[in-house]
Amino acid sequence: MSAGRTESHISLRNLSVYYGDLQVLKNISLDIPDRQITVIIGPSGCGKTTLLKSLNRLLDSTEGVRIKGEVLVDGEDIYAPQVEVTRIRQKMGLLSQRPQVLPMSIYDNVAYGPRIHGLRRRRELDQIVEHYLKIAGLWEEVKDRLSEPASRLSLGQQQRLCLARGLAVEPEIILGDEPTSALDPQSSQNVERCLLTLKSQYTVLLVTHILRQARRVADYIVFLYLGEVIEHGPAEVVFRQPRDPRTRAYLLGEIS
Amino acid sequence: MITATSLAALVLLFIVAAIVVKGVKALNWDIIFRLPKGGYYLGRGGGILNAIIGSLQLAGGATILAFFLSLPVVFYLNLFSRPGSFWPSVTRFSLDVLWGVPSIVYGAFGFLLMTILGWRASLLLGIITLASLEVPIMSRAMDEVLRLVPRELSEASFSLGATKLETAWKVVLRQALPGIITAVLIAFGRAIGDAASVLLTAGYTDNITTSLFQPVASLPLAIFFQLGTPYPEVQQRAYAAAIILTLIILFISLLARGIIRHYARHTVR
Repeated sequence: MSAGRTESHISLRNLSVYYGDLQVLKNISLDIPDRQITVIIGPSGCGKTTLLKSLNRLLDSTEGVRIKGEVLVDGEDIYAPQVEVTRIRQKMGLLSQRPQVLPMSIYDNVAYGPRIHGLRRRRELDQIVEHYLKIAGLWEEVKDRLSEPASRLSLGQQQRLCLARGLAVEPEIILGDEPTSALDPQSSQNVERCLLTLKSQYTVLLVTHILRQARRVADYIVFLYLGEVIEHGPAEVVFRQPRDPRTRAYLLGEIS
Repeated sequence: MITATSLAALVLLFIVAAIVVKGVKALNWDIIFRLPKGGYYLGRGGGILNAIIGSLQLAGGATILAFFLSLPVVFYLNLFSRPGSFWPSVTRFSLDVLWGVPSIVYGAFGFLLMTILGWRASLLLGIITLASLEVPIMSRAMDEVLRLVPRELSEASFSLGATKLETAWKVVLRQALPGIITAVLIAFGRAIGDAASVLLTAGYTDNITTSLFQPVASLPLAIFFQLGTPYPEVQQRAYAAAIILTLIILFISLLARGIIRHYARHTVR
């Protein structure tokens, strides 16, 4: 499956983002392939996180941000005025740099999404909580202390809890903003392994500054430099034969 | 640091000691559990149960009212207003000014309200006046607490498809709960000790008030009236009343600490 030819979940059309007068993203057009792991790489400050946040509309509540162009999710422009923001966000699970657990119990963290979307029956909630904690590989560790505050978990466990919480709203897309940067190597590996198993069912979009991680998990690579997409393509092609000299320099560690 | 600590502790100790020395002789169960008998203010028997209950009614009612007025304000300031826009800063400035307005001005405002509406001094009017004194204190204190809630936490909730109201109610409020309890407590303490705003609006009575439309007694006014008499034994009772007022505030502070400890277990650090 090659990008652009099939109907994809997420397409960017001439997307530009400004912080005040500063243009952070420049005229980006991209198709994100479905059910693969797309990794956005690039030096820090090149707009990776901005690109990710523009996809679930967390960006437009920030002060002084202007957005031009279109972001199509399932063919629908999510910046169109009549669009319901909550419905868009429900389609995407977000993993942030530092895990942000909610100030409630482990159980309530996972049940939070389903509950606000109207699920009340205890038995169904129990099943959902167990199911997604298992997918995130956390169930065995927490099954006896579901009512404990989520903040008592280790950082690595918290990040997997955030993953379970995000999956529990049944999204189609998983967004990860350097989700392993605050974690120890063992926990990072756990999260990576989770993402690899999830790509059969979800479209995964990952931002990372760790090249080795990109090599381990990526199916598709987007190289972002100073707010522009320099190069994108299947991972093995970009890694083996980068077309642009800047991509080559970045992969060799000459720009960072 | 040590100087500052000892200075603060010394002043507190001095005030408490002065009140206790003056009032402890007059402190007895009668004062706490009895209503004033005829001629109480001339030195006869009885107590100030009317003022104790009355103060709790006034400050409790006003705190509840002020809480439900303040909550929408701080939600607006922190979640619903557009970042960097004009109205939040005007709101904050106005609340800061109101915080500094002396309580006798609130009393005068309540008095004006009373004459316009044709009411008489009553528990309800006292509650309204004290609530307007409390709202700026409570909402600014809660505002500062909510500002400390990390933006990423609300974003985590938004990214799950929650609306602003759901996020405010279920996540932000829960995270900020210990601070909010403190804010409510500060406002309560301010209200229960305030004499000037109830002087003109709540009246005074020797009985326990059972209706919102009756006048109500209060501890600060009990102190005020008794100190104003020429009889030493009655003045002593004023200090006893001051001890009771201080004990109530102490008790509520301790209670709040317990509650805060209980709710802080879910707070994300």
